[in-house]
Amino acid sequence: MIEKYLVQASTYAADIDNLVSLISWLVGFWGFLVLIVFFGLIINFRRREGQRAAYITGEEKHQKRWITIPHDLVLVCDIIIIVGAINVWYNVKQNLPEADAKVRVIGQQWAWSFQHPGLDGKLDTDDDIRTVDELHVEVGKLYHYKAESRDVLHSFSVPVFRLKQDVIPGRVISGWFEPTQTGTFDIQCAEMCGIGHGLMPARIVIESAAAHKAWMEANTPTSVASAK
Amino acid sequence: MMGKPIATTRSATGIPTGRLAVWWLLASEIVIFGGVLASYIIHRIGHPEFGDYAAHTNQHIGFFNTCVLLISSYFAVRAHHCAETGDGKGAAKWLYYTVGGAVMFLCVKSVEWTIEISHGYTITANAFWSFYYTAAGIHASHVIAGAIVMLWVASYAKKGKELQRVEYVGLYWHFVDLVWIFLFPLLYIAK
Amino acid sequence: MAHPITEQQAPHGHADAHHDDHHHEQSFWSKYVFSVDHKIIGMQYMFTGMFMAIIGGFFAYAFRMQLAFPGMSVPGWGHVSPAEYNSLVTNHGTIMIFWVAMPVLIAAFGNFLIPLMLGCDDMVFPRLNRLSYQIFLLSAIVLLASFVVENGGFGGAWTAYPPLSAKAEYSLTPLGSTLWVIAVALEFVAFLMGGINFITTMMNSRAPGMKMWDIPVVVWMIVLASILFMLSVGPLIAGAIMLLFDQTIGTGFFDPARGGDPVLWQHLFWFFGHPEVYVVLLPAIGIVCEIVPIFARKKLFAYKTVLFTAFATGVLSFFVWAHHQFIAGIDPRMANVFTVTTVMISVPLAEMMFVIVATLYGGQITLSVPMLWALSFIGEFIIGGITGIFLGASGSDIYFHDTYFVLAHFHYTFFPIAIIGVYAGLTHWYPKMFGRMLNETLGKIHFWGTIIPFNMIFIPLFLLGLAGQHRRIWSYVNFPELASPEMQNLRVFATVSLVIMLLFQLVFIFNFFWSLTRGKKAGRNPYNANTLEWVAPSPPGHGNFAEMPTVYRGPYEYSRPDRDEDFWPQNVPAESSSS
Ligand code: HEA
Ligand code: HEA
Ligand code: CUA
Ligand SMILES: [Cu+2]
Repeated sequence: MIEKYLVQASTYAADIDNLVSLISWLVGFWGFLVLIVFFGLIINFRRREGQRAAYITGEEKHQKRWITIPHDLVLVCDIIIIVGAINVWYNVKQNLPEADAKVRVIGQQWAWSFQHPGLDGKLDTDDDIRTVDELHVEVGKLYHYKAESRDVLHSFSVPVFRLKQDVIPGRVISGWFEPTQTGTFDIQCAEMCGIGHGLMPARIVIESAAAHKAWMEANTPTSVASAK
Repeated sequence: MMGKPIATTRSATGIPTGRLAVWWLLASEIVIFGGVLASYIIHRIGHPEFGDYAAHTNQHIGFFNTCVLLISSYFAVRAHHCAETGDGKGAAKWLYYTVGGAVMFLCVKSVEWTIEISHGYTITANAFWSFYYTAAGIHASHVIAGAIVMLWVASYAKKGKELQRVEYVGLYWHFVDLVWIFLFPLLYIAK
Repeated sequence: MAHPITEQQAPHGHADAHHDDHHHEQSFWSKYVFSVDHKIIGMQYMFTGMFMAIIGGFFAYAFRMQLAFPGMSVPGWGHVSPAEYNSLVTNHGTIMIFWVAMPVLIAAFGNFLIPLMLGCDDMVFPRLNRLSYQIFLLSAIVLLASFVVENGGFGGAWTAYPPLSAKAEYSLTPLGSTLWVIAVALEFVAFLMGGINFITTMMNSRAPGMKMWDIPVVVWMIVLASILFMLSVGPLIAGAIMLLFDQTIGTGFFDPARGGDPVLWQHLFWFFGHPEVYVVLLPAIGIVCEIVPIFARKKLFAYKTVLFTAFATGVLSFFVWAHHQFIAGIDPRMANVFTVTTVMISVPLAEMMFVIVATLYGGQITLSVPMLWALSFIGEFIIGGITGIFLGASGSDIYFHDTYFVLAHFHYTFFPIAIIGVYAGLTHWYPKMFGRMLNETLGKIHFWGTIIPFNMIFIPLFLLGLAGQHRRIWSYVNFPELASPEMQNLRVFATVSLVIMLLFQLVFIFNFFWSLTRGKKAGRNPYNANTLEWVAPSPPGHGNFAEMPTVYRGPYEYSRPDRDEDFWPQNVPAESSSS
């Protein structure tokens, strides 16, 4: 469903979209069924002069069937939904595959700053590239992010990845993503963080390997570049 | 001016309405203290250093106060006995003793806190002391409330009126006592 | 609303000696302001709640105008700054839940209906009841005051997550946040007191002969809701005290730098917050369960099942809270547990829906105004309920969390509860409350004028949520993917629908006041209903019943084949049965 509105730019975006479609079918089926029966009954049993309503207690077994059978079927649907949900969840949040690169994501009132590993591919070295409100990543590489906050809660949300993670002062939260498509997309802050919460937009730039290298070269801190 | 409504005089369950009300009141109090204690315990587990801070509390004073409350609970039981036998004067007397226990508890508490604060262990010092003062403070406010209600109940009991209330306030008082029995080891002792 | 005792009261006279000694003239103050009468207290809650609903609705209007026409000077408000926007949204949510849904559904209907439906003359603790309203009123005043203090009202969302809510340097509303916390805490105290009254009244003061299973569903539901509230709110009261201390004296409960933990608050909040949604849901379902049998002339299908499912929902609701925190940094393994419980909760609720739908089968349905509201509750709530499943499934909540999809989900549950449910109850019991009938035509105009725009507001918001629009954003112009003209058109569409809906509310307000004096006289039992409130005069006088009723059977004996009449009031002895 969601793919109609937003491109899928990470490896797990399709998983999440498929889960949403699965749930849509199951609950949609039930929703329609209940509503059709509901409207059908209202139309069918409108008051007619001189007629009397039936006397049904609903306490007898053969009457209760009308709710116990759907009850069991709903339970079956629930189990399917739970299995699907946990599957996707495990893949996206619980599991941490081997990383090709790491980035640090820092939220503060009211901006995102990003720390890229730079040309040496390692985080927390001299050639790290720090940016504000702009994250550069390379397509096809598996990234680990380390998310932190300097003040209040924020939430690092990249809709095209279907990724979202709150950042919390005092903690470093890790997760992963792997971009599958180049382009420039929105990063939003999804947790109320004060007056500027609506003014915390950032962009993610997903580049091909060559373009990413060029960007890194152009942006390597001057002190490091001249030392080489 | 208002008589009691018929509703108040009915008892479909056979349990006096006042007692039911106190039970439900205590149920809601239990979850309030439950919330404080659960928060504290989670922090305590996550922060081993809380044990070092707890070492600065005065266990002797804490233990003394535990005894004060236990004895005052016993007085409340005596008050209930008198009320059962219709002895309003006796009930009032024992309630006054219970209030005496409450006052004693509060006096000891304020001395204890004064000493701790003068050593720099204030409520803002760190999370342990924040919990220490907040949890004990919420408890102390219940002690104060209990004492006021007991004085009010005693003023009726003296005249032989509303004797059933002696039992209700007693129930409440046992609860306040019980909360302290949980607070004492958690705040003072557990390392 | 001073009603002289109407002629319907006459036949039985004042048989009960109890009443006579109290029938001296009371002053206006002791009769309407400091009354201990459950009906008056119910009305006080009702009118306070309606007043707050108008404020909450007005706030929604102001911020929706800003979303549709960013930067515009909103008629009646002016420019909406980012700080004002946050404060409007926060207080809209807070007001609608705590000062509209709770007081109207639980306190107003609870106070009015419980003694009447149980066949007694008042609550068991009338003065405690009055105190509960007074504290509630105080809480409302504190909240209203928080909007006008320096730096404005609190804007950290109704969930008030610290550290934002805990420190003035982050929220920039030092006084506003403190008043907000105090107001909410006072409101909780008021409802704890009210709850004790509801629960003990139901347990002890039923009319002679009324057994457990003879109690009308709505009474059960309000009492279950009160119990649920009582057992869930404690930790949040503790949390509110901690938050207040963090704000005012500088403790560090939620400050990670000093050994505190911001996520602790989220647990305390949602441990209450999720049961809270069922606290308001259950009374609304109860109201629907009263109305549907009357206007379908049918016995409620499987009465006990309704109660069991409500009970099951209540128990389960204590184990789902962290579904609001899937991506809030909790241990990811924990999410799996909460996914299971959350999705499972659809089972009892589905059953409840099935029961009400099944009640329609074989009925003689009259689409009166209360029935229209009650039926639309079912239709709309199902949409709200099934969209909750998308959120309960942890995998898809990664995407949906804090988008407008969540927002539309809970408006499709809350609106049916707090607005549709309330209108259902109000139109249904209006004759009992005020002794006159509402105008049907105006009622139907108001119904369609509310239901259609309601869907036109929130269906676009579902679509916006699917497209990734986040909540609590003052203006989308800074987000290229959200600023597209198609999306903006949807926002305008929703806002225009809101304005239309608000205009239609005037029809209701007019109908309400016009019918007070001009409506058709109602009589005791205008709908031929069974429950005890219809035995009392309309409106019930002091002491409610001319003669205290005795109960012989359950509340839903409609259309029994062995009787001539198609209803059989609870208080009519069996020997008077015809045929
Ligand atoms: C009264 C209000 C109310 C009600 C009744 C519900 C009911 C439910 N809610 Fe909702 N919810 C809110 C009010 C409510 N909610 C609010 C206010 C928020 C946001 C708070 C905030 O962040 O500000 C929220 C947010 C919210 C979230 C968090 C989203 C997020 O922030 O990321 C989740 C996640 O699980 C959720 C789930 C559910 C579920 C599973 C139900 C279930 O109870 C629904 C069960 C009902 C049905 C399922 C329908 C009937 C069943 C059928 C017709 C059978 C077919 C069904 C199946 C086969 C499954 N809700
Ligand atoms: C009971 C709960 C309830 C109700 C009824 C409503 C009603 C409405 N809500 Fe609200 N809303 C919330 C609870 C509720 N809301 C919550 C909890 C939030 C989250 C806050 C946060 O993020 O912190 C929220 C947030 C919220 C947002 C999100 C803002 C953002 O994130 O940026 C929006 C946006 O459109 C919105 C819109 C509306 C609209 C258009 C209505 C309309 O339906 C309103 C129409 C108003 C009326 C119909 C009232 C008219 C009343 C009378 C005329 C008097 C008669 C009264 C009675 C009979 C009682 N709401
Ligand atoms: Cu940062 Cu919202
Ligand atoms: Cu929830």
